[in-house]
Amino acid sequence: MTQRNKETELDVIHTKIWREIPEPDNPFAAAKCYCAGYDVYGEILQKASWAEYLYLLFKQERPSESEALLLEKIAIAIANPGVRSHTVRAAMCAGVGGSTAASALIAALTAGAGNYHGGHEVSQMMQWWSACKTDLNQWKKQIENPPAIKRAEVWSDMEHIPGFDPHGESCSLPTRQTLDVLEKTSDGEHLKWLIANRETLEDVADMPLHLTGVIATAFMDLQLQPEQGEILFLLLQLPGAAVHALEQEKNGWRKYPFFGNAVNLLNDPGPNTA
Amino acid sequence: MIIMSKSKQLLDAKDNWQTDMGAMFPGERVVVRGKDFFTELYGMSWMGLLLYYITGREFSENELEVLDQLWMLSINYPDPRIWNNRIAALGGTTRSTPALSIGAAICVSEANIYGGQANVAAIDFIKDAKNKIDKGLSLEEVIKKELKEFRVIKGYGRPIASKDERIEPVLKMLEEHGYADGAHVKLALQTHEYLKESRFRMQINITGLAAAVGADIGFSAKEYYTWTVVGFTGGITACYLDSLNHEQGSLFPLSCDRISYEGEQERSWD
Repeated sequence: MTQRNKETELDVIHTKIWREIPEPDNPFAAAKCYCAGYDVYGEILQKASWAEYLYLLFKQERPSESEALLLEKIAIAIANPGVRSHTVRAAMCAGVGGSTAASALIAALTAGAGNYHGGHEVSQMMQWWSACKTDLNQWKKQIENPPAIKRAEVWSDMEHIPGFDPHGESCSLPTRQTLDVLEKTSDGEHLKWLIANRETLEDVADMPLHLTGVIATAFMDLQLQPEQGEILFLLLQLPGAAVHALEQEKNGWRKYPFFGNAVNLLNDPGPNTA
Repeated sequence: MIIMSKSKQLLDAKDNWQTDMGAMFPGERVVVRGKDFFTELYGMSWMGLLLYYITGREFSENELEVLDQLWMLSINYPDPRIWNNRIAALGGTTRSTPALSIGAAICVSEANIYGGQANVAAIDFIKDAKNKIDKGLSLEEVIKKELKEFRVIKGYGRPIASKDERIEPVLKMLEEHGYADGAHVKLALQTHEYLKESRFRMQINITGLAAAVGADIGFSAKEYYTWTVVGFTGGITACYLDSLNHEQGSLFPLSCDRISYEGEQERSWD
């Protein structure tokens, strides 16, 4: 039998976000929960909006009215990436096969996590913002000479300028509408600068701004760190993934694209080898 | 509608997935990398198939055994304290499903202080180091340059304990299979000797040794890393099942006083 390690008994979770007071009859049941000092069930639940609470969780401070509104607008803008997006398609593949609810969301997170229209793209663009700030010359320099990974990592190098659409012909209407609404809501400088310089950046990048770029920029206005932006982007896309997975589960696999004739083998030895 | 150049890339791919990886012909046959799966690859081991998918190469029995033993000896402990294993154990204790628990634990294995990120950086380092030494740099120069640029050398040093108990049995296994004298393994051990005696006091860990074996076998960094992804599954599965066989919710229970709160004092929303 392994000896109990005394150090283990002292293990605690260090947090600036969460505090609990136990029920008098059970040390494992919380009577009071505090988020950044605010009573969650005694006060926040009654008085705060979802966006205010979400902001509090990330920043441990209450948002201003405009910050809460900006976060709410971001959440609406990306709540459903749409039924054709890779994120939602991954969730629907789980749905049509009758997979678990959690796997549908994990699937959506996976396809929504990457360098192409995903969470990692958001954090990459936020890092570009940190490096280039609102200096057009810096942006031009970085677009012409983008940073590369020096020591191999689990992520690949970006294959396009983060926040822009390598398959886009022009900046899409929803992207422009989102940029417009978020800029009007925000007190920050990044969205304003992006509106003013969008077309110049698009010319230099030789591709249009994508919605991920707008969201990354809005996260800069909320003064979030790149890793916060990445994880919040992932989180806020899940509602669309969830409902489309549920819908396709009901529809069934027969009504969902299987791409039956879409795979073209370049090196088929033919049936005679069998 | 005018279709321009960039969206044309998607238009060309529409219902047209061109591939030489393979496909199934439902009810008939399967093709894998240009070979008939049920005849030409019949009898291949699962490890052999995985590596065939990753590299397009077929591996010898000895190579497959080395790689199998690397997984077996290195990354499959049944201990729920290890962070990736604990995900599966938490899944078990909350009566989640095996696939969710094991799948999430594999995802979490793509970590920085151990696992995926460390693996890919470790093989990249040792291959890079050998190239530089082949071109005339000394080991000391390579190590100092690496530390100056990245502050760490993946594959050396270890959280929790400084000595890695896996090095000895893995070296034994490598000797038995003729892999203890590979150029990258030798270089990894020389790096270990240098770092151990230096002010950094770091020792080689299994990530560093396994990456050197991977390099000697001829993997690229990407190939090697992709191969390691599912290697943790054994220990993860053990932790899930162990947890499932205990009282629900009983894995390392935390009472409220195990929270060390370091934030703002109580305040009112109004």
